[in-house]
Amino acid sequence: MSIDESTAARVAKLARIRVEEDALPALAAEFNTILGFIEQLNEVDVEGVEPMTSVTPMRLKRRRDEVTDGNQQDKVLANAPDAREGFFAVPKVVE
Amino acid sequence: MSDLNKLGLAEARDALRKGDVTSVELTEACLGAIEGAGALNAFVHKTPELALEQAKAADARLKGSEEAPAMCGLPLGIKDLFCTKGVPSQAASRILEGFLPQYESTVTQKLFGAGAVMLGKLNMDEFAMGSSNETSTYGDVTSPWRRAGDDAALTPGGSSGGSAAAVAADLCLAATGTDTGGSIRQPAAFTGTVGIKPTYGRCSRWGIVAFASSLDQAGPMTKSVRDAAIMLGTMAGHDPKDSTSADLAVPDFEAMLTGDIKGKKIGIPREYRMDGTPAEIEKLWSDGAAMLRDAGAEIVDISLPHTKYALPAYYVIAPAEASSNLARYDGVRYGHRAKLAVGDGITEMYEKTRAEGFGAEVQRRVMVGTYVLSAGFYDAYYNRARKVRTLIKKDFEDAFAAGVDAILTPATPSAAFGLGEMADTDPVKMYLNDVFTVTVNLAGLPGISVPTGLDAQGLPLGLQLIGRPWEEGDLLNTAYALEQAAGFVAKPGKWW
Repeated sequence: MSIDESTAARVAKLARIRVEEDALPALAAEFNTILGFIEQLNEVDVEGVEPMTSVTPMRLKRRRDEVTDGNQQDKVLANAPDAREGFFAVPKVVE
Repeated sequence: MSDLNKLGLAEARDALRKGDVTSVELTEACLGAIEGAGALNAFVHKTPELALEQAKAADARLKGSEEAPAMCGLPLGIKDLFCTKGVPSQAASRILEGFLPQYESTVTQKLFGAGAVMLGKLNMDEFAMGSSNETSTYGDVTSPWRRAGDDAALTPGGSSGGSAAAVAADLCLAATGTDTGGSIRQPAAFTGTVGIKPTYGRCSRWGIVAFASSLDQAGPMTKSVRDAAIMLGTMAGHDPKDSTSADLAVPDFEAMLTGDIKGKKIGIPREYRMDGTPAEIEKLWSDGAAMLRDAGAEIVDISLPHTKYALPAYYVIAPAEASSNLARYDGVRYGHRAKLAVGDGITEMYEKTRAEGFGAEVQRRVMVGTYVLSAGFYDAYYNRARKVRTLIKKDFEDAFAAGVDAILTPATPSAAFGLGEMADTDPVKMYLNDVFTVTVNLAGLPGISVPTGLDAQGLPLGLQLIGRPWEEGDLLNTAYALEQAAGFVAKPGKWW
């Protein structure tokens, strides 16, 4: 399976990473090298094998559904590139 | 006492107990060594004031009680991947420039709660993605080691390259590392230091910047196996804030270091004999097996048939998890946000921020991960890789069920290479560095790298021991026996 420039562009879009037009051929070539390496997995007989969901068989712990913290608005916003009036500020989302 | 920065954890702890030295003295010695080691670029955020404050508190605590914890007063370097309250924690990425965590990671909290001292944050590959510490936004780390008669700058390995270089160069007594595919064990092997990746779930991942959540584990990087046992004991333990951390008692690992491995069965996996492995590595490996045999262990040949597929499976699973974990870097909540042009909306903000903030290797892995998770390819790549992972884990389970106590392998396929030497090769070549270590992450097992020899150019080489899940104590003891037999004492000559 070979990745062309339009697929590379689509993947970059899905990953929300801007890739300039002139960088797409090199990116597609890199994808092909890596995916070519990954293709080896097709040699393995995985018939009837369960995909791993947890490397250690363990039951996830449950806890009481109760509030354990809160009232940390200033801490939550402390690292925001743009915070105003207690909110994260972003460019216009809806026209 | 002179050269206090050259002490290991055990020696320093004992000297503190006897009153021969103070934590302030240890800390000042390390801070001095760090000041003189700018050329290594290992420490990227220094915290001398905090260190001295912690050292004074530790000295007071040591004076008042016989019962102070083992780590009390011992100065450490902390990998930049750990969130440390109020201290820059960037995962060596531009996208986290200026980020000051409002909380402390569980592992560093445990260390500092036990009285350990933080000297500063250590360089690493960006988001722990790399094997040479060349993907960092802070620039490369240079290994304190050089080839005999050659000034070429070498890699300390990665991703915990700053940790390995700092420990090898005696800038600190020990350091924290993290390991997703070999990021503790490979740099330890490249620098003649000891590094253990514990069983998945032994250390809490809370507050450690996530790369691939099903593979990431923290562990100590130290000057000896005993030091690793001491420090792991403090780092490990259940944490309600990480639901994958195991609610198991943490044994006294140091007390388990008897050096007695009589009757232990050590497996030598035939699939780890790979084409192109240098003769020096082959010899190191057979010498290591002979040392364990001489110590009373039984050496048996074993088979781990799916070994060949570990790296390709890893390069599906790790990027897939990374693409999901790194989605949080969106320019909204923390870190870098790109300057926007007039009319740019939220999509442009995401795309420009991530293009500017992530380096090339991180972008590559996020996009590969996005691809293998995308509609139409999820089954062919991601689910297939997870099935192969099940088979890789079963290989180990079968070996352990047949009575094997530990598995001996090389830690790396070569000694440290030169910085820039791999720049023109394709990314897959760099990935091959982890060929012996990545299986251990996929199977969730503990693995330790122990320095056992030098190559013809005078560079350190390490062997890896792989243990049964949750049996780090037994694994450390086998590693201790190997360390005793190998008697590795070489240190890099100081040129920096």
